Amino acid sequence: MSNEKKTLLVVKDLKQHFPIKTGGLLNKKIGAIRAVDGISFEVKEGETLGIVGESGCGKSTTVRSIAQLYRPTSGDVIFEGLNLCEAKEKELVLARRNIQMIFQDPYASLDPRMTVRSIISEPLVVFNKRGLLDKKLTKLEIEEEVERLMERVGLNKAFKNRYPHEFSGGQRQRIGIARALALNPRIILADEPVSALDVSIQAQILNLLNELQKELNLTYIFIAHDLAVIQHISTRVAVMYLGKIVELADSADLYDNPAHPYTQALLSAAPIPDPEIERKRQRIILTGDVPSPDKIQPGCYFQARCPKRMPWCTCHVPPTFDLGNNHKVACWLYDEKDYSKISKEEAQADADKNKTEVK
Amino acid sequence: MKDNKQPILEIKDLQTHFKTDAGVVKAVNGVSFTVNKGETVGIVGESGCGKSVTNLSIMRLIPSPPGKIVGGEVLFDGENILDLPESELREIRGNKISMIFQDPMTSLNPFLKISTQMIETIRLHEKDVDKQEARKRSIEMLKKVGIPAAEARIDSYPHQFSGGMRQRVMIAMALSCNAQVLIADEPTTALDVTIQAQILELIQQISKDFGTAVILITHDLGVVAGMCDKVCVMYAGKIVEEAYTYELYNNPAHPYTSGLIQSVPRMDTQNKQKKLFSIEGQPPNVIDLPPCCPFHPRCHKTMDVCRCALPPTYEVSEDHKVNCWLYASEEEKAKAVADAAKENDK
Ligand SMILES: Nc1ncnc2c1ncn2[C@@H]1O[C@H](COP(=O)(O)OP(=O)(O)OP(=O)(O)O)[C@@H](O)[C@H]1O
Ligand SMILES: Nc1ncnc2c1ncn2[C@@H]1O[C@H](COP(=O)(O)OP(=O)(O)OP(=O)(O)O)[C@@H](O)[C@H]1O
Ligand code: SF4
Ligand SMILES: [Mg+2]
Ligand SMILES: [Mg+2]
Repeated sequence: MSNEKKTLLVVKDLKQHFPIKTGGLLNKKIGAIRAVDGISFEVKEGETLGIVGESGCGKSTTVRSIAQLYRPTSGDVIFEGLNLCEAKEKELVLARRNIQMIFQDPYASLDPRMTVRSIISEPLVVFNKRGLLDKKLTKLEIEEEVERLMERVGLNKAFKNRYPHEFSGGQRQRIGIARALALNPRIILADEPVSALDVSIQAQILNLLNELQKELNLTYIFIAHDLAVIQHISTRVAVMYLGKIVELADSADLYDNPAHPYTQALLSAAPIPDPEIERKRQRIILTGDVPSPDKIQPGCYFQARCPKRMPWCTCHVPPTFDLGNNHKVACWLYDEKDYSKISKEEAQADADKNKTEVK
Repeated sequence: MKDNKQPILEIKDLQTHFKTDAGVVKAVNGVSFTVNKGETVGIVGESGCGKSVTNLSIMRLIPSPPGKIVGGEVLFDGENILDLPESELREIRGNKISMIFQDPMTSLNPFLKISTQMIETIRLHEKDVDKQEARKRSIEMLKKVGIPAAEARIDSYPHQFSGGMRQRVMIAMALSCNAQVLIADEPTTALDVTIQAQILELIQQISKDFGTAVILITHDLGVVAGMCDKVCVMYAGKIVEEAYTYELYNNPAHPYTSGLIQSVPRMDTQNKQKKLFSIEGQPPNVIDLPPCCPFHPRCHKTMDVCRCALPPTYEVSEDHKVNCWLYASEEEKAKAVADAAKENDK
């Protein structure tokens, strides 16, 4: 389908661990939150990769690590051939021009003391001062650019001297988008850009993002927890659970044939705004707790809540299996070997054996 | 749908205002609806339209000042709650009507163990229950809401629970007094869909088992579609449409309702048209609203009359009410326009 398209971003075995410290004088490291724990994917030019998963599974940390707002613990982030994790400061600054972010809460992410004009023009002004733009811009040219951007995202340019608090949530999100577009980036990392908005405003912003993508050949990584929103906007979708990608597939494929038991539960639980359909659906109701992200699990991270768990799953971490059609899933159900008949004792014995071998 | 309807809660022309520096906020501006025994009523609408204030007013929990219930009636089993002395009010609050608040952290005390808080709640309402008994009942309730190892975890502090578990504790507390009406204000908004499904199922189960009437506030049209018998759509402090759920989704009468339903992306549609229907503009400020349809600046069917007069309530079919000039006769509209012109000339 997308064979001719160029790969813009490659993420390889990315890990972002946050140390947990004792505090106090010694402040010893006693563990780590494994916020992102070895994820890999590629994003093609002009496409949208959607990321879904429950609160705390590491979605924000993923995009922040890609943008190098945090330096990753390990792994590679290769943008147009340049490995950002190893790049020098100068190279990184240039790459940042092409990688922009939009945030969930447009109010918290906009400086309340700055006018809309200075918010939108700030990236331009900074890059201009450092001579990092293709050509030096005059003050007037920057002013014109701000007006053009405001009109493009549907803001009245007469409001450019106003402050963020004078705008509604949807308008503030437009300000954030205009600012992200100012440097003419290749990829936009959007962290829940519509989650805080009411449905009627959400539709306006989704339409705007879609139009901009077509017009500017933009690539998006788009985080949301609403599965219908993700389906609407994405070409490819990654489902995350506790710092790992458990399923990765083309959007249509994922929604038609969800493979991972967690994805199946998510899709079955997402409400559909139609009483006839909604009341006839079979729901998979999960039980059990989400394990804490600071512990290394001996088995599948989803097993405590999984309705299809086998004894094998409790003590073996599933690798990623390729189901063809570039559909990947991390679940033992999709290995060639059938584990369902293996007893708890046998599974545990096998796990113990592997442990001693590793030693 | 339900035959022998018996009203348990009737809200009549409720008005709640807030005094602010910018002027009087008419947060709830003449709201009326009825909740029958065992029924689940949904209230939907955009942020700030008055959903929480409506329900806080029912419980008389409006912070005053700046807020004040300035008019209307709230009849519980035929008795006007708004007239009751504080002592009798306490009998009703928690005992007969209980509430799950939008933010569970604000309603659980962070310094007290869950057990202490639950036991207190039960004993506050039923004075003859001893501590042992109340603790036993609390554990039972926690088990019912799906807290694993409830016996051990009842002695935890709120911060030791995840957001979803705290929400379930709130629900357990709200349900431990066998109330006749449960008001749930966005009980699942902060949770993810798998946990949301667990909690909604629980509320449904309890409503069925105990015949509890439920008022469910949400802005998720999918949740309403699955849970509610009846829906009230609010806009700028007023209910603009009210109908049974199937009727509302199949034949939305108000342009705002149909716009809302069309603007949500849906997982189940085949035609993934890339452009969503969207209602342009944004909700109005509820300070100094002129007498007009509050939705008219965003409506794609606006007529002259919408700009100069408040639309009355019309019954488009049995039990389906809408506040919109589209359902008025030509004479009625002409008269409203003429009256407004006269008013302006004065
Ligand atoms: N700066 C940080 N220091 C320590 N821990 C962090 C930091 N940022 C995130 N975490 C932890 O990492 C995990 C992943 O967090 P992250 O914000 O990426 O989740 P998320 O999927 O974006 O969740 P949400 O849907 O709630 O936004 C969480 O357990 C979080 O508490
Ligand atoms: N204490 C207060 N002082 C002043 N105004 C208030 C106060 N509480 C609420 N309001 C106003 O009343 C209106 C209705 O608020 P309400 O909380 O009922 O909205 P809501 O429909 O519950 O919105 P949300 O979906 O965001 O919860 C808003 O305009 C709000 O600003
Ligand atoms: S690996 Fe096992 S426990 Fe994990 S999702 Fe698959 S079936 Fe469930
Ligand atoms: Mg996040
Ligand atoms: Mg509210």
